[in-house]
Amino acid sequence: MTDSVYVPLLDLACGAFLLTGVLVLWRRDLAAIVRLFAVQGADLGALVIVLGLHKGSAELMIAGVAVGGLRAGLLPCLMRRALMAGGEGRETKPLVNVAGSLLVAAVLAMVAYAVSQPLVRLTPTPATQAVPVALTVLLVGFFVLVTRRRALSQVVGFLLMDNAITATAFLTTSGVPMVVELGVSLDILLAVLVLQVLTTRMRAAFGGTDLDELRELRD
Amino acid sequence: MTGLIGAVSQVVLVAVGSPLLAGLMRQVRARLEGRAGAGVAQPWRDLRKLARKEPITPHGTGWVFRLAPLVLAGTVLVVAAVVPLVTTLSPMDGVADLFAVTALLALGSVALALGGLDTGTAFGGMGASREVTVMALVEPTILLSVFALSVRVGSTNLGAIVTSAVHDPLEVISPVSLLAAVALAVVTIAETGRIPVDNPSTHLELTMIHEAMILEYSGPDLALIEWASAMRLSVLLGLLASLFAPWGIATAGAGLAAVVLGMAALVIKVAALGVLLAAGEVFMAKLRLFRIPELLAGSFMLALLAVAASFFLA
Repeated sequence: MTDSVYVPLLDLACGAFLLTGVLVLWRRDLAAIVRLFAVQGADLGALVIVLGLHKGSAELMIAGVAVGGLRAGLLPCLMRRALMAGGEGRETKPLVNVAGSLLVAAVLAMVAYAVSQPLVRLTPTPATQAVPVALTVLLVGFFVLVTRRRALSQVVGFLLMDNAITATAFLTTSGVPMVVELGVSLDILLAVLVLQVLTTRMRAAFGGTDLDELRELRD
Repeated sequence: MTGLIGAVSQVVLVAVGSPLLAGLMRQVRARLEGRAGAGVAQPWRDLRKLARKEPITPHGTGWVFRLAPLVLAGTVLVVAAVVPLVTTLSPMDGVADLFAVTALLALGSVALALGGLDTGTAFGGMGASREVTVMALVEPTILLSVFALSVRVGSTNLGAIVTSAVHDPLEVISPVSLLAAVALAVVTIAETGRIPVDNPSTHLELTMIHEAMILEYSGPDLALIEWASAMRLSVLLGLLASLFAPWGIATAGAGLAAVVLGMAALVIKVAALGVLLAAGEVFMAKLRLFRIPELLAGSFMLALLAVAASFFLA
């Protein structure tokens, strides 16, 4: 693949990755959040496939398909099932309101850009120049994890962070060994399965998944 | 010379075509809602009817009230002459700066808000305060999103930005351009008072913004305001089209034929955007007033991300 096609495609995948990550903060509807997460998974897969096409590495392309399949297909499917089981469809009262969290996301983007400059300067290729995008999504994911109350949106925050870590790994190293990638993916799958079971149990025991109400000990 | 003709044709096209655009949008809406509609030329008929009426000003209003419609219409006409819609060779190219254009648009809005305040009625003051709230969130977003586009050109001149987009059409699908396009589309809707930010076709809601400000105007003044609002909509839609779909715009070294082609392209693009906007409005409800800052904060963040991405991915 020539540079004139590779760089715009890579930038487009990164832009879509960033956009979906930030839009998660904008939406209140949990089903929409899960949909956005699925789109982001597809973007991540596309990103890895573009990198693979550029390097001409079949292994990387297979990894891209696997990553995309897991994050755009399997995980959203599991989360949708957890969503179906429970009644709450909306993030009613996040700790930071939506307008505020969007502005925080803007600040986080600047922080990510400032922090990743030394990394980019090591090898300034188009792929490493996109590292600030991945770091922004990482920080946004962490922010979602901290400020949202529903268990499901916290799971999405956690998975956003993981998406971002995977993206950073592929962008900086251009190819993680298959074993490592497989291990990470299995870990994630297991974590989501455990969290799904946990959410169902929480709902059965307490009638809701608002984690802030579970702070106090009761008889 | 071509530049001068182009600039004059831009102003004439915007001045004559804007009420027709408003009529087209109403017609599309009516048809989609299953009504016959009043026809595309209805806004012109309304304007003619209003212009023939006797000018009346309410008791206790001063020169601010009388001057506001003139300032609003004047600023929009200047912007229409300056912004690259048909040609990038406007003789007023030096003024076609991003900051100047935004300031001119803001000047018009502020004049109208002051006119609304000058009446001293509850509705006027409420409308003015809401308009200024929306404007305070919209202006930074316009500045940032055009700034994101200007980074790769190295100039805040709108003509230069459009010229570079004409020469390099692939730039349009870059993430910077896409983010800026979404942000600018949202603020265009907010700035022109369309659904979901404001409902242009009602006087009866407590949530109205634009209509509340102009409630006390009547006759020729009202006609001027309606005309200026329609022009504002078409100028902003035209700017959106020029920045992100700059096909057919006459650039340096173009002849008269290119100007005619540019006019045709502008009419088609703006009409298409208008139809799209009107069709979108049918399927949408107006947002609650307290949700509007959320929407605008979102578009501000998209614009900021566009600026950031123009540095990240450069």
